[in-house]
Formats: sequence, C-alpha cells, structure tokens
Amino acid sequence: MPKMNLSHFEAAFLFSLFASVVMGVVTKRTDRDRLHYGIYTFVCFLVALFGLGWLMYFGHG
Amino acid sequence: MAKEKEVQQKQPMPPVGAWLPAVALGWLIPGGGHFLLKRNGRGALLAASVAGMFVCGLMMQGAMFQPQSGDLLTTLINTGGFIGDVCSGMLYLLSVCFGYSQLDAAGHVHDYGTKFLVTAGLLNVLAMVDAYEIAAGRKE
Repeated sequence: MPKMNLSHFEAAFLFSLFASVVMGVVTKRTDRDRLHYGIYTFVCFLVALFGLGWLMYFGHG
Repeated sequence: MAKEKEVQQKQPMPPVGAWLPAVALGWLIPGGGHFLLKRNGRGALLAASVAGMFVCGLMMQGAMFQPQSGDLLTTLINTGGFIGDVCSGMLYLLSVCFGYSQLDAAGHVHDYGTKFLVTAGLLNVLAMVDAYEIAAGRKE
C-alpha cells in the first residue's frame, strides 16, 4: 500500500470533500437540492477550516 | 407542517423483507443498497466517497480501533471507533483479512488516517439509513 503524506490542509480538504458528497447525496430529495447542499456543506467545512486555523494562529500569540 | 411531521412519525414500520436486503448490502458494499434499489448515480457517488475515504485512511496508515475496557472514556472511544471501523463493511473485512494492522503512532498524518477510517464507516451508516428510507418508500 503506497503511503500518503499530506499536510493538515490537504487532509482536511479531502475529508471535507468526501463528507460533503455523502451529506449532499443522502440529505435532500431532488438532485438540484443535493448539489446545492453538497456545495454548501463543503464551503462550510472550508470556512470552519480557515476560521479555526486563523483563530489558533492568533490565539497562539 | 407540524401535522405533516406527525403523520410521518406515525407511519408503520415497513416489512423487514422490504428494506433488510438493501440495508445489509449497503453495509457490506458501500453504495450497494442504492444499486439494489436502482439508484445507480447516487450509489456510485456514495461508493466512491466511502471507499475513497477508507483507502486514504489506509494510505495514511491510520490505526484500527479494538474494543477495550477500562475507564469510561477509553471504553467509549475504542468501542465507538471499532463500531465506526466495522461499519465500512467489506472494506474493513478485506483490510483485516489481508493483515492490515497499524499501531497508533504519533504524528498528524496517522491521526488523520485513523479519523478517515472511522468516518468512512460513519458515512456508510448515513448511506444505509438513506437506503432504508428509499426501500421503505419514504423517499425517492
């Protein structure tokens, strides 16, 4: 099995992508709503990722 | 709206034979329940996402949880993690059969890998619930 060495950002980005696809597929009832919800979830993940990243940066002094 | 919810809650449990094959296949093969119910596009997306997350977890050398007893937190984390791992179905069974065994190691990549493996199982649970709702006629 090849090894994967990702940075925090890359790993969190992949995690967000896979989780958003599943949440979009299982949550809504029409394809259009699924696509919108999947994109919305992905954007929320990324906003949280950058937000928490900056928070930790400033919190660390 | 409230009445609609009440009516939905009062729906009788569908017969086991109607949903069990889809849910069981969904556990064994991620997205399999959707394929069985002829939702091929959604099944393919679920299969790709769950398998992708699991394989990334393996490539990051994440650890598989084993049930452990001890204090409450240890029991909760290890048993919960084990259940999450097992929910990946065939992916978990195959990796164990082929001897995948990775000790919990320090480092963010291993840590992410462990979380990827558990989350793949939890995402598969969401897919199984969706397959149940489709099979029960509560969803398209």
